[in-house]
Amino acid sequence: MAMEMVAKISESLDVAHHAQLAEFLTALGDDALILGHRLSEWCGHAPQLEEDIALANIALDEIGRANVLLMYAGQLEGLNRDQDDLAFHRDTVSFRNLLLVEQPNIDFGYTLARQFLYDVYALKLFECMGGSPNPFISGVARKAAKEITYHVRHSRSWVLRLGDGTSESHDRIQAAFDELWTYTDEMFETSESIHALIEAGIIPDGFLRLRVDWNVFVTDTLTEATLVVPDQDQFMRKGGRSGQHSEHLGHILDEMQFLARSHPDASW
Amino acid sequence: MSTESESPVWEVFLQPKSGKPHEHVGSVHAVDAEQALQNARDVYTRRGEGISIWVVQANNITASSPDDAGPLFDPGDDKIYRHPSFYTVPRGVRNV
Amino acid sequence: METSEQLLEFESKIAEGAKIEPKDWMPDRYRSQLIRMMSQHAHSEIVGMLPEGNWITRAPNLRRKMTLLAKVQDEAGHGLYIYSATETLGIERSELIDQLLEGKAKYSSIFNYPTLSWADIGVIGWLVDGAAIVNQTMLAKASYGPYSRAMIRICKEENFHKKQGFEIVTTLAAGTPEQKAMVQDAVNRWWWPSLMMFGPHDAESTNSSELMQWGVKRKSNDSLRQHFVNITVPQARAVDLTIPDPELEYNEETGDWKFGEIDWNEFYQVIKGNGPCNRERIAARRSAHDNGAWVREAARAYADKQLTRQTTS
Repeated sequence: MAMEMVAKISESLDVAHHAQLAEFLTALGDDALILGHRLSEWCGHAPQLEEDIALANIALDEIGRANVLLMYAGQLEGLNRDQDDLAFHRDTVSFRNLLLVEQPNIDFGYTLARQFLYDVYALKLFECMGGSPNPFISGVARKAAKEITYHVRHSRSWVLRLGDGTSESHDRIQAAFDELWTYTDEMFETSESIHALIEAGIIPDGFLRLRVDWNVFVTDTLTEATLVVPDQDQFMRKGGRSGQHSEHLGHILDEMQFLARSHPDASW
Repeated sequence: MSTESESPVWEVFLQPKSGKPHEHVGSVHAVDAEQALQNARDVYTRRGEGISIWVVQANNITASSPDDAGPLFDPGDDKIYRHPSFYTVPRGVRNV
Repeated sequence: METSEQLLEFESKIAEGAKIEPKDWMPDRYRSQLIRMMSQHAHSEIVGMLPEGNWITRAPNLRRKMTLLAKVQDEAGHGLYIYSATETLGIERSELIDQLLEGKAKYSSIFNYPTLSWADIGVIGWLVDGAAIVNQTMLAKASYGPYSRAMIRICKEENFHKKQGFEIVTTLAAGTPEQKAMVQDAVNRWWWPSLMMFGPHDAESTNSSELMQWGVKRKSNDSLRQHFVNITVPQARAVDLTIPDPELEYNEETGDWKFGEIDWNEFYQVIKGNGPCNRERIAARRSAHDNGAWVREAARAYADKQLTRQTTS
C-alpha cells in the first residue's frame, strides 16, 4: 500500500475525515494518559514489590500509547500542536477520556476492578481497529492489542484472586465493581464522528459489536471470581467523551500540568 | 508487628533468544505458578531480555552439596580425551 | 562450629578471587555482615523510589514522565534482585522488610532528603545515581556470588539512570534563567548529601575493614568518594554549574580534586532519624505494607483454594 510511504497520518487519509479521526484518537489517547497517570500514582505504594513493577509496566504501556495517539491526533487537527501540547496545555473540558479512568485509586481492589473493566474494553477495541485499512491506525492498534492482552491477563487474575480470595477481598472488589459499573456504558457510546469513520471504512464495523464481546468476557470472569455482575439497567453516568467530567479530572490535571504551564517557554 | 508468612520463592529461568538455553536470572515471590510467571515477566524482561520463561518453585530444586563437589566433579577433570584439543589433525586441515 | 580448617579454606578462596556461593561454608560473621549490608542496600532501593516517585505525576512532558517512571520501576526491580540475593543467606524477605518498617534496619540516608523541584530529579540521577554506580561497580566484584551477580545486572541497567539525570541537568542548565536557577539550587542541596553516601571516613568506619578483608568491599569509603569527586567536578564545569564547596581545588600532583570537610554532624543526625524526611519515608512504606496486607492475604487464600481444588478433583 502506497500509504506506508507517507510520513504523517494526516497524509494517509482524506481531509474530510481529519477532524473526525482527531476527535476519536484524542479520546483514546486521553483514556490512556489519564489511566496511566492513575496507575503511576501507585509507584512505590503497591501491596508488594512485584506488583509495584507490574503496575508501572502497565502505566508505561498506557502513557506510551497516549504519546502516539495524541501525536496522531495533533497531526490530524492541523493546529500545530504536538502530543505534549495536547497533554499539558488543554483544560479539563477539552479532555475526552472516559469518566471511568479518572476515578480515584481508592484501594488496590478498586484500582484493579477499574483496570479490568477498561482492559477488556480496550482489548476488544484495539483488536477491532487492528483491521483498519489505514496503516497508522492498524499499526498502533496491533501493538496496543498485544500489550493489552497481557494487561487483561494481569487484571483478570487479580479479579479472580480478590473475588475468590478472602471474604474481605471479595467484599472489597464487589463494592468496587458495584460502584464503577455506572461508568461502563459510556465506553460503547458512538458519536457521529465514529459512525462517519465506520461508514468511510476507516474503523471496521466490528466496533459496533464491542459491547457484546465485552459483556461476555466480563460476565464470565466475574462469575468465575464468585462475584455478582452489577445491575445492567441501573442509571449510567456519561459525559467524559464530551468534556463533562467528574471533579477528579481537574485535580489530576492540576498536578500533571502545573510544571509545564508555569514555564510556558521552557523546554525540558 | 507480626511477621506475615512470605509467599514461596520461585526461581526464574530466561531464554534470551531462540536457540539459546534457558538461564537462571534470579527469583520472585509468588503465591502460585501463574503469579510467578507474571511476576517473572514483569521483573526480569523489562528490556526485552527474553522470549521464554520457566519458573520453578525453589523447594522443588535438588542441589548438590559443596562437600560433594570433589567426588561428583573431579573425576571429569582428568579425562582430557573428552576435549577436542586432545587430538591432533594434520596442518592445513581446518574443519574436522 | 567453625573450625580453623574451614576458615583457612574460606579465606584462601577469597584470596584467590573465587566466589562464595550460598551452600558453601562461611563464617557466621561473614553471613551476618552480608545480610546487614545487602538488606540495607535493598531497602535503599525501595525507599529510594519515594523521593523520585514524588515527581512522576508532575513530570513536564510525556517523555520525561515515561523515563522517570521506568527509572523508579527499575529501582523496585533492583530492590527485588538484592532481596532475592539476601534470601540465599537464609533469611526471608518478609523478615527483612519488617526490620525496615520497625526502624531496626538502615538505608542510605540520601533518601531522607526531599525532592523540592523538578531539577532534583535530574540532580539525583546525576549525583546520587552517579555515586551509587561508583559503589556498585566495586560491589559487582564482591566475594559473595549472588550479591555480585545482582550487582552486575543492576550496573548494566543503571547506566541509563545517570545519563537520564545528566540529560535533565544539561537541559535545565542551558534553559531559561528560572531553569538554570532551579538546577543550581538542586546541586547546592544534593552535593554534600551525595558525598555522605560513601559513609564515614575510613578511620571511623567500623564495618569497612572487615568487609574489605573478606572481599565484599574492594575499596575504602574515602577512596571511592575521591573517585566520585574526580569524575563529577569536570561534568559540573561542562554544564556551567557551581559545586557548593569553596575549598574545591585541583591538585596537580595527585590528580585529585581536593574538597572541603563534610558536615558529619548532619550525617549522623540523618542516620539517627532526624533527617528532613525520615519519618515520612518509613510512614509511606508502612502504609503501603499495611494497606496491602488484605491483598497479599487474598492471593494466598486463593492459591490455597486452587491447590485444594486440584488435589480433590
